[in-house]
Amino acid sequence: MKWFWCIFFMVWPIVAVVLCLIAPSQGWWFYSESVNPLGRRIDHLFYVILWITTIVFIGTQVGLGYALFRGAQKTDAGDASKAWHSHGRHDLEVAWSIIPAIILLFIALYQLDVWAEYRVTDAFPRDKMEGVLKRLHQVRTPKDSLALAEVSGRQFEWRIRYPGFDANGNLLPLMPDPQPTDLYAVNELRLPSGNPVMINLRSLDVQHSFFLPDLRVKQDAVPGLVIPVWFATDSPGSHQLLCAELCGWGHYKMNARFISESEEDFLKFLRELQQAQNFDGVTQASPP
Amino acid sequence: MSSIALPKTANADESRADNHLALLKQVCWFSTDHKIIGLQFLMTTLVMMMLGGALALGIRWQLAFPWEQMPIFGQLVAKNIEMGGQITPEFYTMLFTMHATVMIFLVIIPVLAGAFGNLLIPLMIGADDMAFPMLNALSYWFMWPAIVCFALATGYGGEEISGVRGGMNAGAAGGWTSYPLLSALPEAAPGSEAAQFWWLLGVTFVGFSSMMGSINYMTTIINMRAPGMTLFRMPLTIWAMFITAILQAFALPVLTAAGFLLLSDRVFDTGFFKPSGIVVNNAAPTIGGGQPLLWQHLFWFYSHPAVYIMILPAMGMVSDMLACMSRKPIFGYKPMVYSLVAIAGLGFIVWGHHMFTSGMNPFIGMTFMISTVMIALPSGVKVFNWIGTIWGGRPEFNTVFLNCVAFVSMFIVGGLSGIFMAAVPVDVYFHDTYFIVAHFHYVLFGATLFGVFGAIHFWYPKMFNRKMNEPVGKLHFLLTFIGFNGTFFPMHLLGVAGMPRRYANPYLYPYLEHLLPMNQFMTICAIVMGLAQFLLIGNFIFSWFSRTPAGRNPWHANTLEWMAPSPPGHGNFDIPPVCYRGPYEYSHPSRTDDYWPQWEPPGPGGDPKPAGH
Repeated sequence: MKWFWCIFFMVWPIVAVVLCLIAPSQGWWFYSESVNPLGRRIDHLFYVILWITTIVFIGTQVGLGYALFRGAQKTDAGDASKAWHSHGRHDLEVAWSIIPAIILLFIALYQLDVWAEYRVTDAFPRDKMEGVLKRLHQVRTPKDSLALAEVSGRQFEWRIRYPGFDANGNLLPLMPDPQPTDLYAVNELRLPSGNPVMINLRSLDVQHSFFLPDLRVKQDAVPGLVIPVWFATDSPGSHQLLCAELCGWGHYKMNARFISESEEDFLKFLRELQQAQNFDGVTQASPP
Repeated sequence: MSSIALPKTANADESRADNHLALLKQVCWFSTDHKIIGLQFLMTTLVMMMLGGALALGIRWQLAFPWEQMPIFGQLVAKNIEMGGQITPEFYTMLFTMHATVMIFLVIIPVLAGAFGNLLIPLMIGADDMAFPMLNALSYWFMWPAIVCFALATGYGGEEISGVRGGMNAGAAGGWTSYPLLSALPEAAPGSEAAQFWWLLGVTFVGFSSMMGSINYMTTIINMRAPGMTLFRMPLTIWAMFITAILQAFALPVLTAAGFLLLSDRVFDTGFFKPSGIVVNNAAPTIGGGQPLLWQHLFWFYSHPAVYIMILPAMGMVSDMLACMSRKPIFGYKPMVYSLVAIAGLGFIVWGHHMFTSGMNPFIGMTFMISTVMIALPSGVKVFNWIGTIWGGRPEFNTVFLNCVAFVSMFIVGGLSGIFMAAVPVDVYFHDTYFIVAHFHYVLFGATLFGVFGAIHFWYPKMFNRKMNEPVGKLHFLLTFIGFNGTFFPMHLLGVAGMPRRYANPYLYPYLEHLLPMNQFMTICAIVMGLAQFLLIGNFIFSWFSRTPAGRNPWHANTLEWMAPSPPGHGNFDIPPVCYRGPYEYSHPSRTDDYWPQWEPPGPGGDPKPAGH
């Protein structure tokens, strides 16, 4: 029976590793490669840590299994030898404190710049974001917000506020407070692709979390806070947007789309939105 | 002293202890005896474990067969949820909120600190009882108001009994973390009305209970050790309980205070956590100037140390059991103690890693990331030392040993998956997905509960003078282990696939649709694992009626509790114990026996210097 248990404790890590190996082919893995350049660096970090932890996992489980096998051999009939009387070894303790410490410190420092770029406002790619706004012909001063939209979580939907156009048809900057010219949409966020874009994230009621799995972007929307979030997509496409923080019974159905499109299409979309919003309901019959 | 010999086997004077009825009577009534209180905690938590498991099966049912009628369980609660056994989204939020609440506050914390802390601390340090027996009894009986409050928080009994409008469809639904504003504004969800009030009250009561226990443990361990029981002769179980008690004493007041602040926001309309001008569900706008993030800081300042409260005692007990079952001294006793201290110390400065995506200052995130990564160090040292303890031993592959090996094996997985989430950018993706669910179940179930299962089998002879049935114990272990890994290992993959947690129906999203078959497989594993627990309960009850007494020291263990009669009478020891050596002198080369109890006086000329130092 003891051999059964030795094998038992060896088999399960093998099953676990095999399961992880076949997972990508079965679709039990990232739905797709990240479409966000920063997301790909997050994926890269994930794989670095996955390699390190896999090696440690296999090493420790093999060590455990080997210790079990040797122990089981000792209790074979005829072997009357006692267990190894040892209270430990100082050099080993030092070794297995310092080596993991170096690896852990490496993991900690290796990721710092990704985090900084992702969240620290000073490290945001400001120039590129301003470039987008310039190409959209936004009338702006340097003090105006870089955000192209304000996304607000609400039980159980996403409300989006875009800046509107001035009398000359030029795009206005996004103001902290709603403006008469603002344009509104629900559950469909559209932004230009190709370059970094920024949104302001808010919550209208309880806490929500803005989650774009394809872009590896997640940020809580906290009532009372306005949180800048930036991301980029390589090419136009449609992506899932959902809520990742419990916000009530309908938490599971905050289903929305994030559509990235070319800058011209984005402007066209805003103009259509403006027309639809200003539509007075009177359709003129074509003149006879 | 050396002339006193202990009876090695059970004899006539111990037969009085076989009076099951008398013991049962004590357990069912008020008692200030620490062993009885320990048993009361143990039995209560076992019942709660079954209830918490039933709630978990409700969650699993919905994830495998969304919106379909739930068999058995659904019929039982059907009249309460008024949907004919179908799980509603409101009921689903209540299920996972109360599953976590029951498992954390009514199972894991009380089974470790309450049951085994009470049972083992006086026995292992050679004391006749706790320092404050009455406080000890109070700490158990304060569990009951908490249990009643949590039962009301599920909405059980509907409006007439609990005041929860909508019954179980309006049970507490804020998650066990109860983040405001969802939990602060009664309008935010059906479960945020009366149920949330009961939930907060319940948490306050378990807080009282833990606090009374922790003061008692600290005082007892500091003041009541037997002669010769120096700090560095204490078994690691006692070290772990001691450090856990310190953690509890320093962290719990913060949670209690936060709970009162939230209650006051709800009842007196203060503004600790409520910003102004928030309109929830068309209610009047909030008045206040509060900050919801404050709750997260206060809550995790307690609840992260609480994570260690939920694992350190199990680490200590597993260290003792592994040493005894491998017939080997623990590998690196002092590094084990220091790593416990390091985990507890670092445990106070890592709470922010639950808040990487919360919108707090990103620089604080970096600080918390470094401290979080560093906490993997002492955990790693412990794992290596456990493997070192088994290395070169003569293990007997019994239920206790198997559960302890499973503890080590599962803790490795839980520890390693933690590193992914300590890395802030990676956590951005994994936060609130099934990856984190996999992680904490590997630590809290895979590690802690396997440790507890081992401990139940190991100390059962001391509680009842009987051994638990070995084949049944092994079958229970086998089914639980397979069921556990079948349920929780795939959750890592669900997390990588981006499946968010706390979703009543994740298949609403096209990118998650293909994960349904995997979830069905996990649910089947969970049902197997749930049913296997009846083996444990049955074994626990029926082993009591086994005919062969186990005697004082059935495992040939070293620590002082095995010197006392089984079960120990009031006052524990028939001869006042004196401690002569460390707790792990197994297989000493100078002796014929492979163990050397702490209470055995040294031969003429004193102890030979232990080898291997």
